[in-house]
Order: sequence, then C-alpha cells, then structure tokens
Amino acid sequence: MKTLLILGAGTAGTMVANKMAQHLDPVEWKIIVVDQEETHYYQPGFLFIPFGIYRPNDVVKPKRDFLPRNVEFVLSPIDLIEPDENRVRLAKDNRVIDYDYLVIATGTQIHPEETAGLKDNGWHENVFDFYTLEGATALSRFLKFWKGGHMVLNVVEMPIKCPVAPLEFLFLADWFFHQRGMRDEVDITFATPLPGAFTKPRAAAMLGDMLNRKHINLQADFNAMEVDHEKGVLRSYDEREVPFDLLVTIPTNMGAEVIGRSGMGDELNFVPTHKHTLQSEKWENVWVIGDATNLPTSKAGSVAHFMLDVLVENMLRHMEGLEPLPKFDGHANCFIESGFEKGILIDFNYDVEPLPGKYPLPGLGPFSLLKESAANHWGKMTFRWIYWNVLLKGGDMPFESQMSMAGKWN
Amino acid sequence: MTEKTAEAILESVEFNEDGYMVDPNAWTPQIAEAIARQEGIAELTEDHWKIIEFCRQRASESGAAPTLRQITSGTGISTKELFSLFPKGPAKKVAKIAGLGKPEGCV
Ligand SMILES: Cc1cc2nc3c(=O)[nH]c(=O)nc-3n(C[C@H](O)[C@H](O)[C@H](O)COP(=O)(O)OP(=O)(O)OC[C@H]3O[C@@H](n4cnc5c(N)ncnc54)[C@H](O)[C@@H]3O)c2cc1C
Repeated sequence: MKTLLILGAGTAGTMVANKMAQHLDPVEWKIIVVDQEETHYYQPGFLFIPFGIYRPNDVVKPKRDFLPRNVEFVLSPIDLIEPDENRVRLAKDNRVIDYDYLVIATGTQIHPEETAGLKDNGWHENVFDFYTLEGATALSRFLKFWKGGHMVLNVVEMPIKCPVAPLEFLFLADWFFHQRGMRDEVDITFATPLPGAFTKPRAAAMLGDMLNRKHINLQADFNAMEVDHEKGVLRSYDEREVPFDLLVTIPTNMGAEVIGRSGMGDELNFVPTHKHTLQSEKWENVWVIGDATNLPTSKAGSVAHFMLDVLVENMLRHMEGLEPLPKFDGHANCFIESGFEKGILIDFNYDVEPLPGKYPLPGLGPFSLLKESAANHWGKMTFRWIYWNVLLKGGDMPFESQMSMAGKWN
Repeated sequence: MTEKTAEAILESVEFNEDGYMVDPNAWTPQIAEAIARQEGIAELTEDHWKIIEFCRQRASESGAAPTLRQITSGTGISTKELFSLFPKGPAKKVAKIAGLGKPEGCV
C-alpha cells in the first residue's frame, strides 16, 4: 500500500484531499491529512468581523466535515519533515509517517514578534491584527466603543496573504465610521512598504485614487522599524513617525516554522516551488500548494483553487512516470470590498496585470473588472457559501484555472 | 571621481523608465560608483560593496534582485545598518547601483 501524505488541512490541503480521493484507488493508496487545528477558519471572513458584519461563529466549522470519509485525519502538530528519508515526524505520540508522495499545504502565519515593540504592550488593547480570529474579534470589541482619533493601518513587509485585504479594511473602516456618524473624528492613515496603494501599476493608480477620494492618507515606501508606545508612534527605518491611537497591523507573514526547522524553506520559510508545475524544486515526490509556496503570485484562496487542477494532474502524471506539465500561470482573482455595498474585482497572472473588462463571461460579467460595482460586492458576500459548499470539496467552479484575456481591454 | 566623469560614464549606459539598468551584463564597478553619486552616496565603502556583490551574486542565481529581507538574512547586516548605508529604500537603491532590475518582493 502506498501513502499520499498531505500536510495542512486549510483551504489548499482540504481541496487536494478531496480531489485525490476521487482519483486514487483506495486498494492501492492510503491518504493521510495532518493538521494541528480541529477548526477550519474561513479566513476571508476575518475582514468583516471588526465591523460587526460577521460574527466569529460565521467563519468556523469542524475540519473533519470537509474531508472525505476514506481519508485519515490526524490531529497533531507536525514536528519535522525529512524529505530525504520520505518521512514526517508528528508531535502527537511521536508518530512517524513514511510517505510515497507529500503535499505541503501549511500556509502562512503572522509574526508580530518580528517588529520591535509590536507585541510588547498594547497587543490586542490598542494594537490589533485582523489576520487571526482572536485579533479580529478583539478589534471588534475595541471599535464598538472607540471615540475616534488616529487610526493607522500598517503592512510591515511584503509578501502578505491576500494583499488586497489591507485596502478592503481601510474602505470598510471609512464606511463604518461614516455609518456611526464619526468619520470626522477619525483620521485614517495607510502606511505601506509599497511605493503606492498596490503592487500592479494600473490597479495601484485606481486604488490610490480611491484612497484619496475617501480621505485616507497614504505613507508609501514605509518600512516599519518599531512601535514606540511611550510616544504613541509607529517609526520607520527612515525615521518617519506616524502617531496612532489605534494601530491595525499586518505583521510579517512567514511560512510554517516546521518548514524552516526542516531546512526546506527560504528566508521567510516559504518552500521553493517550480513556478509552473508546483513540484518542489528539490524533491520530485514533494508538491507544494497555496500560501506555503514561494511563488510570485498572490497568496489567496482563489489562487490555491487555480493551482489545484494543475497540482492534481501533475501528481497523477508523475505517478504514471510522465513529465509534469507547466500549466500554472500564476492566475489570481480577488474581490476587493470597497465599502457602501460595493466592490471591485481584479484578475491577473504572472505576466498580465489587472485590466478593466467583464468577468467571467466576456462582455456580460456579471462582474466588472477594475471598477466598483454592487454585483462585485454580492460576489464577495456569496463567496462564503461557495467556499464551504463547493470550493473546499474540490467541486467545479465556472472559472478556468488559466487566466483569459477575453472580455478585457488594455 | 568628479560630477562630470560620473555623467560621462552614464551617458553610454541604457536605463529603463524606472531608472534601472536594462542589461546587468553591461555593469561595471565604475558605473556603480557613478549611479551611487546620482543617488546621493558620495563614496562606496567596503560595506557597500559587500552588499552590492551579494545582490549581484543572488540575482545571477535567481534572475531577480533580492528583497530587503533576503539581503539582511543573506549578509547578516541589520536592516538599520542597511538603511544608513543606502538611505530611503535600500533594496531599490542597491538594485539600481548593482545594475539589476527592480526587486519584485511584492505581488
Ligand atoms: C483577513 C483575510 C482575508 C482574506 N481574504 C481573501 C479573499 O477575499 N479571497 C481569497 O481568495 N483569499 C483570501 N484570503 C487568503 C486565504 O484565506 C488564504 O490564501 C488561503 O486560506 C490559503 O490556503 P492554504 O491552505 O495555503 O493555507 P491555510 O488555509 O492557512 O492552511 C494552512 C493549514 O496548515 C496548518 N498548519 C500549519 N503549520 C502546521 C504544523 N506545524 N502542524 C500542523 N498543522 C499546521 C494550519 O493549522 C492550517 O490549517 C484572506 C486571508 C485573510 C487572513
């Protein structure tokens, strides 16, 4: 009997388990999935929690419910991966699992301790993240009673998962304070290491313009060095100081520590991965998907979904002794919630930046690319249902894995 | 090197619209010194060179100029020091001086 071992049962690992269970003969193959958490978090929902749009209950479900019955689910921290021995060591009962194929889907986590003073004091008192359920929930409690002042949103360093989430947070914050009749009481600043609002030029110009119209100040090229609690400022390496009463931070994002411990990662513990096949650059029976890769595309659930078919096909080909196909093009597709029940949609890949147009049906939509619309907002809100009911189970979506130029204009 | 010779050296070098050299193979240490002057760094010290060489080495392996994080973890030089050697945006500044493209740390 052969073993396919999947590390991580988040968005990507769960999808892979479902797809591979459909393809592999259970007489020949055993599929094992390991994760340290019992709960599956719908992370895109964390964005809405600070503003009371979602509650914690809306974004959690048991992981086991989304895994096929013939897959063994092991609840344990992963201690060490030994790819030269085709072996993984778990913390629970010191269990050792030998594998024939390994899929790494351990995602990325935030590391506030990487920035001086960020986690010292004030953490979850007037300094919050919203990339964890605890952070988002603590922030919702804070915002309920906040009287206003300087709110600063800081991205410490790139890359981060869901690179549009900080912008969405700002747009929603602007809407939220408007709704409460206190927008004049709040001064909003966005401090980012990027040279502008976003990474890709066309989208950056459009989104930068939106920040302007919403009176959100931009501190670009801002590399955060430390939080000075005494003075109440965030300080950059080039000695700029931004005062805050409320600091919302996207701390340094890193791949799982076990990747670093096992000597399999880069300087941020992301796994060097073949850009188009999703095979590990070093071990041919190791495959990588989702946020855990070092690939230069967005770290997003939609990207993990576009990777899925390529990864599954290539692993199946490899099992038959065939060459993997270079089919992954870096396709990413992100709804950007822009407040006041509107949203923007962007669609891009390794080579083509986000362009205006209609999606997924050329000329028809219903979604508009690089433009605000109400349909885009409803797309975003429907995504939660699709996530739990279609996406995680590896079901078919009306989108192609590879990006298409149809319906777009330059 | 005088201001004039720096200009003369750069005259024959091709830059893209963002001010990065088009061809990393056309790079020479003299060009680096000339670009550095334009970027407000009067003299390149041993520490500067250590970083420039690291970036060129790294780029020749990966095809891309390294990010801030890659430079600090690769050279052991702290971010703070890096900012004092190459004020403002060190990753971009070193990439320029080292004749490499814009660092693509961000997607
Ligand atoms: C605020 C926010 C908003 C977002 N919005 C969107 C959006 O609108 N659209 C979109 O497409 N994406 C969005 N994303 C991104 C999306 O959630 C992630 O890209 C996606 O979940 C990645 O899936 P993954 O499987 O790679 O990682 P994850 O889903 O994070 O799964 C990784 C799993 O590995 C497990 N693990 C890690 N280390 C170990 C270990 N040592 N031992 C055992 N288990 C381990 C973890 O417990 C986890 O279950 C958002 C993310 C955030 C935080």
